[in-house]
Amino acid sequence: MAETVTPAPAVVTTVDAGRNAAGEKLMVLNMGPQHPAMHGTLRLVLELDGETVVRCRPEMGFLHTGFEKLGEYRSYNQFVTVTDRMNYLSAINNNIGWAQACEELWGVECTPRCRRLRVIMGELSRLSDHILCVGLQAMDLGAFSVMLWGFARREQLYDLFERVTGARLTNSWTRVGGLMQDVPADFVARVKAVTDTFPEIIDETDKMLSKNKIFTGRTRGVGVLSAEDAIAYGVTGPVLRASGVEYDLRRARPYSGYEKFDFDVPTQTDGDSFARFQQRLEEMRQSVRIIRQALVDIPGGPVNVDNYKLSLPAKELVYTRMEEMIHHFKLTMIGHGPYPPKGEVYSATEAPNGELGWYLVSDGKRNPYRVRVRPPSFYHFQVVPKLVEGRLISDLVAVLSSLNVIAGELDR
Amino acid sequence: MDAAAPHDEPESPPAGEKPSLSEELYLPEILKGLATTFKHLIRPEKFTVEYPEKKKPIPQNFRGEHALKRDAQGRVKCVACFLCATACPSECIHITAGPTPPEWTDREKYPTKFEIDMLRCIYCGMCEEACPCDAIELTSKFYQVSETREEKYFGKDTLLRQPMKREYPDQG
Repeated sequence: MAETVTPAPAVVTTVDAGRNAAGEKLMVLNMGPQHPAMHGTLRLVLELDGETVVRCRPEMGFLHTGFEKLGEYRSYNQFVTVTDRMNYLSAINNNIGWAQACEELWGVECTPRCRRLRVIMGELSRLSDHILCVGLQAMDLGAFSVMLWGFARREQLYDLFERVTGARLTNSWTRVGGLMQDVPADFVARVKAVTDTFPEIIDETDKMLSKNKIFTGRTRGVGVLSAEDAIAYGVTGPVLRASGVEYDLRRARPYSGYEKFDFDVPTQTDGDSFARFQQRLEEMRQSVRIIRQALVDIPGGPVNVDNYKLSLPAKELVYTRMEEMIHHFKLTMIGHGPYPPKGEVYSATEAPNGELGWYLVSDGKRNPYRVRVRPPSFYHFQVVPKLVEGRLISDLVAVLSSLNVIAGELDR
Repeated sequence: MDAAAPHDEPESPPAGEKPSLSEELYLPEILKGLATTFKHLIRPEKFTVEYPEKKKPIPQNFRGEHALKRDAQGRVKCVACFLCATACPSECIHITAGPTPPEWTDREKYPTKFEIDMLRCIYCGMCEEACPCDAIELTSKFYQVSETREEKYFGKDTLLRQPMKREYPDQG
């Protein structure tokens, strides 16, 4: 990047507004943290010359919950419940990312059935995240019905999650080396019902918005992020691919057996808000494609690794047999494990928003020594000033909704 | 970043595909859009539920409020091993163990107090997963209303009174 970036002050308390070319004082406008278009608790301090944004300073931390610190006081399995609350729109992807990181730390690989189920549920979760983002993008620009139609389909997905994991939003579905429980018997039929009906809403959204003059007028050419800038700012996921960089962790660093599935990594060329909208539609089509392939011949067998030092024995064995009962107690009691090897690991998965990374430091004890999250939203939020400065304030809404910044994972 | 520096953006928005004549006229497009809207209006599938009158089926493994189970003699099944309190990520289970009455010949310890702070609980189900004797479970009860905070601090009596899972037929 050519220009140097001056770091913004940690907390914006008083703003000394500059002056415009005519010598008039700029107006300072606080957008958020309580504003319907700010998607949670984001705050932008804007300096306006008329309706033009001259300077934009994002401020984060309104939803800071101390999740990373909490990780030092929770065991590896307990921390799954915290990952739900980071990106609450795709909790299952966060669960999978965490379990993946822990398994890389332990050096174990989960069973083929578990890997396949994680692919299916991860992609379903991606569908629910993208359809909401696309719907909210339309809603922020005034098209309310598309969001509601998307919500109806999302309801179907949430019913499925409820059936499989026991909760609608905070799923806590994965465990280190496996899953909370196996899927119910009607799982395949229910997922098939989703893959049969879901493409319709993708096409409908496409039809309603892609050639809509109002929608294209407000999103085309708005918030253009060049490929160089996208890489320089560390942007990942659909936002990066909408700028034309073909980079997807499911392809670049396959996990859970993604290398076996035939799917495309779609990219767009324009890098504007409209391209990000189109990108999410294309990714949903690819997700449906992956799920359809993954549903064929789901491997049988257990979902947890066959290692009583790591994953809990089956309940019916715990109730009846002594050895399994002892292992069950040793895995749950403090002072007996499960203990990971000492070491550090960085593991990243492709969450709906982009690269969700976990940097884990283990000192061989029951709890992690340090948990560090690389949330995709953090990098997306810092690119906002680059996209909106010099543009109208109404463009800001179109830009921010296309980035899908989730305050929970931004502030952690 | 210099605040006044203009960004290198294109002069005009990218053209995209060239719109056809009917798209240029816009009126046919509005009618097409309205047709889709009306299609959604009359479609038979309903996603909304008129809640208090009608209820959605709740799956068997739903994680709602806790219940303590009883054994065949109607005694609390729990043996006060503290595994659920240890496994709990939100540290909301408080147990006090005591010696069993002399007529209980099958075990030595039972909970004299078993309290769950439902306002701390995150309904993750790890207590149920940790229980080695099938004594605690999360029921399908999701409506959680109380007028005071104290009511949400469930004691042993409240937990033993909770409806069991089997009382909710699995319709999901």
